[in-house]
Amino acid sequence: MTRRLDALRRALLLGACALLASGSALAQEAPDALVKRVSQEVTQIVKTDAKVRAGDQARIREVVESRLLPHFDFSRMTALAMGRHWARATPEQKARLADEFRSLLVRTYSSTLTQYRDQSIDYKPLRADAAATEVTVRTEVVRPGQSPVQIDYGMAKGANGWKAYDVIVGGVSLVTNYRDEFNEQIRSGGIDALVAALVARNKGGGAK
Amino acid sequence: MSVPRRVRTGSAAALALAAALSGCATMQEGASSRADPFEPVNRAMYAIHEPIDTNLVRPLAQAWVDYVPRPVQSAVRTFFGNIDDGFSALNGLLQGKWDKAGDDLGRITVNVWGLGLIDIASEAGIPKGEEDFGQTFGFWGIPQGPYLFVPLIGPTTVRDGTGLGLRFYLGPLGYVDEIPLRNVLYGLGALDRRAEALDASAMVDRAAIDKYTFIRRSYLQRREYMVHDGNPPRKDDDE
Repeated sequence: MTRRLDALRRALLLGACALLASGSALAQEAPDALVKRVSQEVTQIVKTDAKVRAGDQARIREVVESRLLPHFDFSRMTALAMGRHWARATPEQKARLADEFRSLLVRTYSSTLTQYRDQSIDYKPLRADAAATEVTVRTEVVRPGQSPVQIDYGMAKGANGWKAYDVIVGGVSLVTNYRDEFNEQIRSGGIDALVAALVARNKGGGAK
Repeated sequence: MSVPRRVRTGSAAALALAAALSGCATMQEGASSRADPFEPVNRAMYAIHEPIDTNLVRPLAQAWVDYVPRPVQSAVRTFFGNIDDGFSALNGLLQGKWDKAGDDLGRITVNVWGLGLIDIASEAGIPKGEEDFGQTFGFWGIPQGPYLFVPLIGPTTVRDGTGLGLRFYLGPLGYVDEIPLRNVLYGLGALDRRAEALDASAMVDRAAIDKYTFIRRSYLQRREYMVHDGNPPRKDDDE
């Protein structure tokens, strides 16, 4: 009798453990599942939100800020774009760079978002083993009457789950592109020149 | 063979320029300048190109997209797409990519039934190949060579530019003997190409700190990606 109860208790305990485990698995959402969920949420908003459809920039920016940005690791992104110069930057410079770079990407994303109203997205199976802490999540954006565009996300696993540190559109990595841009500014006037260029760009000034 | 003189002299001039410059270029530090040893000249070319594109070519392409009826736009794209498919098939064969070449040839065969003006092949789900001579040279192991910016044509390299020249030299439009018609066709083709790149231009406008640099790195990355059919070797090219 006691032995039976014991077995029951053990089974219950096991079940509880399994539940807990699946709960933490949800918290640590797999990178491809994360990309899929966030893209679907945002696509849904772009299709249904009246203000977004009307091109309300403030609302679009709000969507980008609240839905997309929490899933990006901006200091890592900035560090990668800075390359070897990152180590030489002061903590204040690093903070400002990450902040300005973030603003630039918000602007870029905000104005790109509405272009993709008629898109559908194919999510490619993730080819990485379960223990990996860096993966590339592959997607393909299909637009009527145009050739499909591959959009890949470079993602790394950190303390707060998976976050994107690079976006690769049709083979063009954002981080690699900005590495050239950043290098050029730094070469011409140091890290402060880069900060100044980013600030000027975000204040609405056009590119050179 | 009747090849439009404009194109022939244009690419010849570009190649001569490249040859002349390669003698006196001084290498600067950094990965970007290794890829772009003629940067000062290219920037001057870009300075010529930019205002013409912004004030004339780009608005024309935008008007084409905005005002010309969709079926006409897609007929033009399909028409020139057939030529692209032909070259894509040829380049697929030159690289031993039989499946891709088969798709491209299949596309042409199917699209004949739409008189070459309706893209039935895409409707049927036959993927459009994007092989070209520049990629074939790359597949054969020929490096990009110096980056070049050519006004009205845009970003290219010695390798890709040579491929482009070859494509124009072999292209069927050179056989159109009626000059005004041929010029109209060239104009339409160029307009369609530019219209296709409008989204990319808008992206550059918003994202770039320095457009010249942004376009250069985008172009070089994109071509590397295409040569390797979407799986370029990973490298940490931090200068």
